[in-house]
Amino acid sequence: MKISPKFTHNVAWGVCWAAGLLSLAFLFIIIGYVFVNGIGSITWEFLTTNPKGGLKGEGGILSALVGTLYLIGITLLIAVPLGVGAAIYMAEYARNNWFTKLVRFGVESLAGIPSIVFGLFGFALFVTALGFNFSIMSGALTLACLCLPVIIRTCEEAMKAVPRTYREASYGLGATKWQTITHVILPAAIPGIITSIILTVGRVVEETACLYVTMGGSSNMPTSIWSSARTLSLHLYYLAMETTAINKALATGVILIIIIIIINFATRWLSDRYIAMSGGGRMSNGN
Amino acid sequence: MEIKILIRDLNFYYGSCQALKSINMDIYGNKITALIGPSGCGKTTLLRLMNRMSDLVDETHIEGRMLIDGQDIFDKSVDVVNLRKKVGMVFQQPNPFPMSIYDNVAYGPRMLGTHNKRVLNGIVEESLRKAALWDEMKDNLHKSGLALSGGQQQRLCIARVLSVDPQIILMDEPCSALDPISTLKIEELMIELKKDYTLIIVTHNMQQAARVSDFAGFMLLGELVEYAETREVFNVPKDKRTEDYITGRFG
Repeated sequence: MKISPKFTHNVAWGVCWAAGLLSLAFLFIIIGYVFVNGIGSITWEFLTTNPKGGLKGEGGILSALVGTLYLIGITLLIAVPLGVGAAIYMAEYARNNWFTKLVRFGVESLAGIPSIVFGLFGFALFVTALGFNFSIMSGALTLACLCLPVIIRTCEEAMKAVPRTYREASYGLGATKWQTITHVILPAAIPGIITSIILTVGRVVEETACLYVTMGGSSNMPTSIWSSARTLSLHLYYLAMETTAINKALATGVILIIIIIIINFATRWLSDRYIAMSGGGRMSNGN
Repeated sequence: MEIKILIRDLNFYYGSCQALKSINMDIYGNKITALIGPSGCGKTTLLRLMNRMSDLVDETHIEGRMLIDGQDIFDKSVDVVNLRKKVGMVFQQPNPFPMSIYDNVAYGPRMLGTHNKRVLNGIVEESLRKAALWDEMKDNLHKSGLALSGGQQQRLCIARVLSVDPQIILMDEPCSALDPISTLKIEELMIELKKDYTLIIVTHNMQQAARVSDFAGFMLLGELVEYAETREVFNVPKDKRTEDYITGRFG
């Protein structure tokens, strides 16, 4: 019996469809499980008290919540200017020679290193050698190192995707290279830069291992960037591994997921507003 | 007639590849000069040398002289910002920035240091008027430049060039991406503009060169084969290769 091409097509379609559905199902099952089991433990008190510790994992998550936001802010303040600066250099100034290739190779290799290795590096340099101790500062600097490769890469690609004709038009009007970068290239690359910021925020929120060895994990409310602190992920880890409060761990997970969703939407919304204000221009040659 | 650009023994190389071969040419002020020839003949390369856009390409080499108003533009002392202000360029693809119409036209003056709102308003209006866009656009100045039609975009790009008060306008196949009606409008605009400016256009369109230009140069393989008044080049070409090209025997 001969198998008709149409039959093959139908089978292939069915298999691909099932694969797509299954991946989506996994996502919803995981999120659903966390929400269903965690949401019951979320109370006003849970959100507004600090963890009290102990085997039962008493208390809430306030200090971990504040610690997370603190860490996101400080990490972005360090990593984004550095990353965007490096990307500008790579995309606009660096010539295409062996040195640039070496830098690019280095950046890509860094992106593949496990985060705990960055953690140990951060522990050795920031916590010990520089004397920053276990602190938000040490954690943020370590995370900045971890996120830089992704920021550089994403922003560089975004800048390279800005049409050459924009640059030519700008130079043709007598603008300098720096004016062209700040007034034409960066505005047009904003969507890509926003993407890199979202990726960085995601990394800060999800990272546990490298913070374990650089931030210490104090459950007290952080008072400055030199305080030891814990993030929600770290708190979740402590709850799950060292207490019996698995419900509270799941509740923390729910808060974590909600924070990521809010931040993603907020950044996208801001970037869309920015694009609308700057003349409604998605990147285009005008064709 | 005043000689605006004087080119003597100009050779230009990309790496080891010679793109222009001993070009000698006098370009006259307040005229339209067309550069014609098949793809890869060097006409765009020659055009882009005139405001040193060629600097954007690495590993090039220039021999010879190009004098604009008596000043050699390849001289080390030349400020390329001033040169490009004086010699503006309109590109093949209309390339407005992703900004409002107003900001597109105000971009050049702002980069050169003009920030006074009233002065900028004046420049924007005058430039759009000269580009025959003001009446269509005056109520929509804050609309995105990308929302315009192709022909309007190209006129916006011309207005953008006019905003920095140039003397010479280079046009690199300015109509090749446009429909016939938009093309006609740009051609009318060119003829209007030559009262105040010197125009040099690169074009693949023989009829266009014949319609709008006063002088025409035919280029082939990096050489300027023939350069004379447009009437002569099209009616009584002196060189066999020019004749073959304009009668459509190759190209």
